[in-house]
Amino acid sequence: MTDHRTTDPRPTHPRTTDPRTTDPRVAPKPALRRFHQARWDEKLVFELGTPGERGVLPPLPEPAVTAAVGDPADRLPPALRRAAPPALPELGQQQVLRHYLRLSQENLGADLNVDVGQGTCTMKYSPKVNDTFVRDPRIAALHPDQHASTVQGVLELVHRLEQLLKEISGMDRVSLQPGAGSAAIWTNVSVIRAYHAARGEAGQRDEVVTTAFSHPSNAACAKTAGYRVITLPPDADGYPDIEALRAAVGPRTAALLITNPEDTGIYNPRIAEFVRIVHEAGGLCAYDQANANGILGITRAREAGFDLCHFNLHKTFSTPHACGGPAAGACGVTAELAPHLPGPTVEFDGERYLPDHDRPESIGKIRPYLGVVPNLVRAYAWIMSLGAEGLREVAETAVLNNNYLLDRVRRIPGVSVPYAEGRPRVEQVRYSWQRLNEDTGLHSEDLGRRAADFGTHYWTSHHPYVVPEPMTLEPTESYSRADLDEYAAILAEVAREAYEDPETVRTAPHRSTVHRIRHEPLDDPAVWAVSWRAYRRKVLGERP
Amino acid sequence: MTAPAVGLVVNPVAGLGGRVGLKGSDGAEVQRRARALGARPEAVDRAALTLRHLPGVELLTAAGPMGADAARAAGRAARVVHRPAGPDTTAADTRAAVRALVAAGARLLLFCGGDGTARDLLDALGPEPRLPVLGIPAGVKMHSAVFAVHPRAAAEVAAAWAAGRGCVQLEAAEVVDRDEPALREGRVGARLYGRLTVPVLPERVQQRKTGSSGPDPATPAALAAEVAERVGPDGLLVLGPGSTTHAVATALGAPDASLTGVDLLRLESTGAARLLLRDARADQLRTLPATPWIVLSPIGGQGFLLGRGNQQLTPELLRRAGRERLLVLATEAKLTALAGRPLLLDTGDPALDDALSGYLRVITGRRSAAVHRLSA
Ligand SMILES: Cc1ncc(COP(=O)(O)O)c(C=O)c1O
Repeated sequence: MTDHRTTDPRPTHPRTTDPRTTDPRVAPKPALRRFHQARWDEKLVFELGTPGERGVLPPLPEPAVTAAVGDPADRLPPALRRAAPPALPELGQQQVLRHYLRLSQENLGADLNVDVGQGTCTMKYSPKVNDTFVRDPRIAALHPDQHASTVQGVLELVHRLEQLLKEISGMDRVSLQPGAGSAAIWTNVSVIRAYHAARGEAGQRDEVVTTAFSHPSNAACAKTAGYRVITLPPDADGYPDIEALRAAVGPRTAALLITNPEDTGIYNPRIAEFVRIVHEAGGLCAYDQANANGILGITRAREAGFDLCHFNLHKTFSTPHACGGPAAGACGVTAELAPHLPGPTVEFDGERYLPDHDRPESIGKIRPYLGVVPNLVRAYAWIMSLGAEGLREVAETAVLNNNYLLDRVRRIPGVSVPYAEGRPRVEQVRYSWQRLNEDTGLHSEDLGRRAADFGTHYWTSHHPYVVPEPMTLEPTESYSRADLDEYAAILAEVAREAYEDPETVRTAPHRSTVHRIRHEPLDDPAVWAVSWRAYRRKVLGERP
Repeated sequence: MTAPAVGLVVNPVAGLGGRVGLKGSDGAEVQRRARALGARPEAVDRAALTLRHLPGVELLTAAGPMGADAARAAGRAARVVHRPAGPDTTAADTRAAVRALVAAGARLLLFCGGDGTARDLLDALGPEPRLPVLGIPAGVKMHSAVFAVHPRAAAEVAAAWAAGRGCVQLEAAEVVDRDEPALREGRVGARLYGRLTVPVLPERVQQRKTGSSGPDPATPAALAAEVAERVGPDGLLVLGPGSTTHAVATALGAPDASLTGVDLLRLESTGAARLLLRDARADQLRTLPATPWIVLSPIGGQGFLLGRGNQQLTPELLRRAGRERLLVLATEAKLTALAGRPLLLDTGDPALDDALSGYLRVITGRRSAAVHRLSA
């Protein structure tokens, strides 16, 4: 074996010129990457600019044009015209660019950090080449109201993507209309409601069953649709409790909404039995496969007996998450449920691709037109670049990466891996820092904040914490072994600090943008402000 | 090798105040009032229930109601090593009996009583004693972590300990008692008095009650709306103790309901509740004009649903309401904090405990429930 240090042909700097080794006032370079984030004292865009400032000055129409057509605004129906101009920020182009560049510097986006800490979110690389397809005028310049004969290409792409996802899920039809995973769950819940209504059982079937480790959007969508939600607890091994399921289902059961593997990364091998119990009670079963990254090409919703499933194209199929949207969800259903899917669907008559709007039993629209087409283009390109074997390799690599990271992380003092002890996990792991908490009094959130000082982060879990002091990691297939080693080393360093220098961790982050955020404004409808208008009213106390 | 001797001491008046709504039994005055209200001592029966499930151990005990009566009722031989001074036993008798049992060679002490009795053991044995002790639950609220979850569970743990089974672990467990000043301020708190060494089998020995920071402010209204919808107008509600049920009563328009007692309310057609009886006794709940709904919230950390601090809910009343009219309220966070442990039943009637056991829907919010196991 050769030692690269002696064979590396690159010139090395003479050690004596390195101030870090000679100057006793300068700390030696640490083993871990150093990082310091920009911190701009940046106002909201609404607070910037001056009245009258403009980024673009469109020319006025030529006098002859005005003379011929009058004021073009007159052609708009009165109901579509504003009485007063909108209160938009008034800024020049450079000011806008600078503003958003600054904000981007205060971010730790998926392209910037080793983003394996966003467990359940399947942060994988979105190939940049796919963006060139999206920006191509043949996609970007299309208008959704164009006649079908002029947009055969994009219709064909949407149709083909449906065929691919049918094969991947085993379902009979797939709708690509939803703009995110939660929108896809909402679509499925709406289909479930329509199915029972069509059978005259809408009034009787008013309960939906889900599990403690399924994504909370399942419970939320069911409630929004008017259902009562019954949650099953995990059993001692972390599986949803099958006896509890038997006790929960009955003539009022509309559906089971369930994730598998759940957030723990444990695959429920009795899933087909769960489905059978619910079917016997007359309910439908919807499989939340938002994150199917560990099972692509390995198991399918159809074989487990499900009636509905959904994928997040912005997880498993590589499209960007787009900070909450618009992303893309895909809902797969059996032939029996297909009439209820949102429309239009894209049909192929052997010659032409046509949007089908004539769907009397449809639940209606989830988004306008065909859905978030740019993401459909990206997902299609991603699947085609991999092929069937490639998809399976994605899953295998993601599982391998996860179990490699599991092996690294479980050696860190203070970490434990609750449930199904010693068993491998699928694509993610919900860890617990409970032991470290008992030893040091520090919480998982403190450690996550300290991780930001090393240029990365992690997510704990949904609330309430079923696993105490949780941390959920999901290294997809995108990350190299070196990435995973670096991430594990950061966690090990943060844990070491927690034991040896807890104050540093407690007061973290020290080199990152945001120090601590209060949770109440996020949780309390009375104070949260999701728009500038709400901010003025609730925070600044202005009367509109 | 013969199994080590087990000592038993019973506080005959433990739990006396429970069914009559006195929330405790400490002191001669409270005991006198309890008897005047018709209370009947049950501790001897509960100790006998344990002994019936605990054959084949060498038993040392105190005379009469302090242990020998329970042994006789269970058909168990016992060697009496101490006699109380008179018929009305006190904390001093408990302490003296404990010392006598230790002197006679008891290697495990079973005591039948409540938090006050546990404190008497601490007083007799000194701080942080090493001798294993286990409580047969017979008090009113029992916030300490030194009790078996049920008299039968006490037998299970004692038998496993006597057989030297490796699954029994000795743990230092906290003795806590109700924090009277906190209670007067309207908070349900507990004060730590010391630790006893307790043999523990998983799920057979209860956890201590955790102090509550009060329910999440968004939930009482949601829980109240659910309760109102289930019960319907003119329904009778028997509301158990605790800050969750109290907050629900307040949200239903009855803020003067008690924090630590059992209350009777009627839901008016307006949806608001009217308080009919505050701090009701068992006998007052015997002759209700209609079948009531029983509204309960488990004790945080411990998971007790029945038999801790709500003995006013007699087996008779609970049978009348049945499982269908049992409305259990808990936030998801409270259930989660039980870490998979069941909600516990110890009504004083083992057959009823068995009948109520199994999975039940716990109301966690508006249109939300979680399935949770109930168990004795
Ligand atoms: C399993 C699961 N289901 C549903 C969702 C919701 O997807 P989205 O965030 O796109 O609404 C997520 C995303 O976090 C998820 O992990």
